[in-house]
Formats: sequence, structure tokens, C-alpha cells
Amino acid sequence: MILKGKVWKFGDDISTDHIAPGRYFHLRTNLPELAKHVLEDAREDFASKVEKGDIIVAGRNFGLGSSREHAPRIIKLAGVAAIIAKSFARIFYRNAVNIGLPLIEIKEADEIDEGDVLEIDLANGIVKNTTKGKEYKFVPMPKFMLDVINEGGIENYISKYGDYKI
Amino acid sequence: MGKTIAEKILSEKAGKDVIPGEIIVAKVDLALVQDGTGPLTVEVFDKFGFKDVKPDKAILFIDHAAPSPRKELSNAHNILRNFAKRTRAIVSDVGEGVSHQIMAEKYVKPGDLLVGADSHTCTGGGLGAFSTGMGSTDLALAFGLGKVWLKVPETFLFELKGKLPEGVYSKDIILHIIGTIGADGATYKAMEFTGEVLEQLSQEARLTISNMAVEAGAKAGLIPTDEITKAYLKENGREEDFKEIKADPDAKYEKVFTIDVSNLEPVVSFPHTVDNTRKISEAKGVKIDQVFIGTCTNGRIEDLRIAASILKGRRKHPDIRLIIVPASRTVYKKALDEGLFDIFIDAGAAIMAPGCGPCVGVHEGVLGDNEKVLSTQNRNFLGRMGNPKGEIYLASPATAAASAITGEITDPRDYLQ
Ligand code: SF4
Repeated sequence: MILKGKVWKFGDDISTDHIAPGRYFHLRTNLPELAKHVLEDAREDFASKVEKGDIIVAGRNFGLGSSREHAPRIIKLAGVAAIIAKSFARIFYRNAVNIGLPLIEIKEADEIDEGDVLEIDLANGIVKNTTKGKEYKFVPMPKFMLDVINEGGIENYISKYGDYKI
Repeated sequence: MGKTIAEKILSEKAGKDVIPGEIIVAKVDLALVQDGTGPLTVEVFDKFGFKDVKPDKAILFIDHAAPSPRKELSNAHNILRNFAKRTRAIVSDVGEGVSHQIMAEKYVKPGDLLVGADSHTCTGGGLGAFSTGMGSTDLALAFGLGKVWLKVPETFLFELKGKLPEGVYSKDIILHIIGTIGADGATYKAMEFTGEVLEQLSQEARLTISNMAVEAGAKAGLIPTDEITKAYLKENGREEDFKEIKADPDAKYEKVFTIDVSNLEPVVSFPHTVDNTRKISEAKGVKIDQVFIGTCTNGRIEDLRIAASILKGRRKHPDIRLIIVPASRTVYKKALDEGLFDIFIDAGAAIMAPGCGPCVGVHEGVLGDNEKVLSTQNRNFLGRMGNPKGEIYLASPATAAASAITGEITDPRDYLQ
């Protein structure tokens, strides 16, 4: 799968409280409404301006905090195709895989700027910055996770295979 | 080859010898969701067409917004109650308390695999269970299939040495560790704790350490079981659940940290990350507007006893609100029986029903703009307590109680009797 999109830039330690703030707890059963506030506490204008296929690029420990799967779900619902970061928090990473949102870890995330256009080759582990003419390698996800991503999430995966195929 | 606690439990649950880095499918003993994550679990469970829950116990906790402050959440609660009516799942309703505390009192057994749609599910590691947080969809699958996929973590060992000084508690130890290794210092790893300090900690104090493993990014916070674990289980009427859990002597750890607690001071985390820690000597004097004692981190009876011992015969500072939330109905009842409520009420506290209280910013003590709170909870992210214009400081119940008296961050050792 090749993903292509333009970059939104975020810093270190973007928590699930930045992504899906607790004050919208009551909207958790209404994801499209909750998605209107996605990442609001990190960047107020993000939800209104993000476009389908855009890519988030962030620093260290993206998604730290709670187990709320609503966080990656509303990022995906807002149209984001993938997230690149220097590192991810564990539960966020797992949730993103389960809902079919690709995550990529590259150390050089700082070299990518807002508005750059990227091409991501998930299976081969390559990120191309077509704006800057640079290329980065990353370790592709293990096969099981890649299978889940390719199916668009674990719901489709389990519906297809009936069980975890590991 | 010797195994860590994580590798031992996961090998048993996977039915084979597992190695770190490997992705496995493991049998789930206990599974939990809460009112924030559970409705989505129910939705996905139904989409799969599952009929009933498979784990020994599947528990739906209404704790984050209990009692409900608004109709959307009341409806969310009903989704969980209705699910419990049509399946074997159990509902833990308004007034029962926070999931992780109730799991420790009633359900978690050493050696179990517990998964929960709540990040602080890692609390169960304090009782020697592999206990970890994940998402709503994972829990739908854990409920329906009775198993989950897991990557086997490498383990970091934390050897706790020395003698814990007076006025310094397990909360200070874990804040100190997170301040040292960072909020991502143990990402994807299992943290395992060992050393002579464990013998100086009650079971309740140990749960505080495991509870905060996720604040260092860890998947689990594991503590070996011993006589203290056994006594705790007995006290809760389930001595037969005891099992010895410990790592093999030749277990392989990715890293070993040795921490001497003998000179540790009380620790405070400053906004807006848990690893932004300072010693009390560098923290005191910060004026605060609210003090909150409670949560799955520090809302246990021992915590309330410590707070009461400091507040006894004293009053809170007139400029602050003091909110106290026992973590469970059992804790609430004990505190009442022991006369702690008299002390709290006379000190000017507001005592709320067992549950998460103001921790997650849904109700009961949302901060005003530019207000500061000193809380015994486990995280202080921007906006966590309902207002991104507020500031959250984290500390032990002793530090919180002492600070409630003075209205500013205060060294609890000034108030020890
Ligand atoms: S008390 Fe706070 S941290 Fe613990 S489960 Fe409730 S909201 Fe989460």
C-alpha cells in the first residue's frame, strides 16, 4: 500500500487528552461529533482544516495516556491516512493497528516540515519526502499487524478469518 | 532459559514458551471495560455477532462519570447495564467505585491475565497478575473470543534498595522513577519490581506503584507475590486465590535499574507531564486552589488514613477546596467506620461517592481558568481535569493533605505526628 499526503506537524508528548479531551467524554458515543474536536488542545484549527489523506508528523511518545480508542478513531475519521512520529505510546499504537490506521516510527521526523508531501510504502518501509527530495527507511510492522492494517482493521480481519491467524 | 514474571505468565496463557518480541495469542482470565470505553466495546461486540462473554469474569465498571452528570452519559451507562442483562458480564454500578480498586479487592489473582479497556489496568500487576490496558475493540474480542493478541514485552527490572524514610511513600518512589526514566522510559516494556523495599510496602502501597507503570509507557508493572500479598487476599476473603509468582533467578532483563530510596524526599510532578518531577524542597510554596485525594492511584484506605492523620484537628486553608473520593465502597465504609469522615468533615472537606471523581474532568471538581490543583491521581496532562487552562500537580496523599492545610504545596514531614 502506498499512501500519499501532505503533512501536519505536531510536537512531543501529544496525549490522548490533547486528541480527545475528557471534557467531551459525553461525545464518546457520537464519534462524528467528537471528531470535530480532534486534537483541539494541541491545535485549535486542525479539525476544521485537515483534509482526507493528510499525514500527521509528530515527535516523541505520540498518543500517551489513556486507552481511549476514540483517539485514533477520530484521527482516522477526520481523514488522516497515517501518523509518523519519533515514537508512539503503546496503547495508542495497538489501538491504531486494530482500527487500521498505519503508524510509522522514524527518528528523523524533525526533518519533515508542515505542508511537505510524503509518500509512504508500508510493506517495504520507505517514506519519501517528495517536497524535499529525501527518503527515510523504517522497519515495517510485523506481518500480523500489516495484515490487520491491510484489511482496514481487526474488525474486517476477524470477520474474514474468524480468529487471529498468528 | 530463565523467565521474567511477564514471560512466565504469558507462556502459560499462550500454552507455549514465549520469547520477548514475539506476537502471541493468549487466553484471557479477566476482562474489564469502563463507562468511557465500554459502549464502543458493546457496539463492536454486537457487530461481530458474539452472543456471550468468554473470560471467567467480564466486568463493566460505571466509575468515570458516576453518578452521571448528563443525559448522554446516562444513556451510555444504560448500554452497559443492558449488556450485562443479556450476557454473563457483570455490571459494577454507581457507588461501587473505581475499576482497578475493585479488581484488586475482589477479582485479580496472582498469575492471571487481565486485560482492560482502561490504561491503568496495569494496577493488577501489584498482585502478580499480567494486567494491561488496551482499547475497546480489543476488549470486544477479549469478551467474545476469550483471548487477545499480544506482543511479548522485554522486561526492565527495578531493584528498590534501602529504607524508605518517614513521610515518603510508594507514590514518591514511582514518581521519582518516572521522573528519572521519563514518560516514555519504559515504552512497550514490562516493568518488574524487586528488592528489600517491597517488604516495607503494604499491598495497597504496591498497587500505587503498578498503577503508574503506564505513566512510564510500560505495558505492565509486575510485583512478585509474597506473605504480604497473601495477607491482603485473606483480608479480602480470598486467601485461596494466592499463588507464588516470581521471576526465575536466571531471568534475562533488558535493563536493570537500582534505586536507593533511603534519601528520597517527597516528590511532586509539575504540569503538564508526569515526568516533570521536583523534590518537595524545590516544589513547596506553589499556591493552589484545590486539593483532590482519591483515584485508583491513591484512594485506598491506607491513603485516607495517612491523610486523616495529618488533617486531624486541623482545617483546610480557607482559599482552597478539599475533595476526597474513596476509591471503592469498601474503602468508603472502612473510612466511615474508622471515624476518618469525622476528621475530613471537620477539616472542611467535600466527600464524594466512590469512583474516579474529578480525575478525568467529567464532573465533581472541574478546574476554573488559571487554577491549580494538587491531586493524588496518576497523570497531569493538559486539560486532564476538564480545563486546558488549569494546572495539575501530582503528589502523595500526605503531601496533598499537608498542602490542603496551608493552601500551597507543602512538605508533609512538617506535619507528621
Ligand atoms: S481514577 Fe482516574 S486514572 Fe483511575 S481509572 Fe478513574 S479516571 Fe482513570
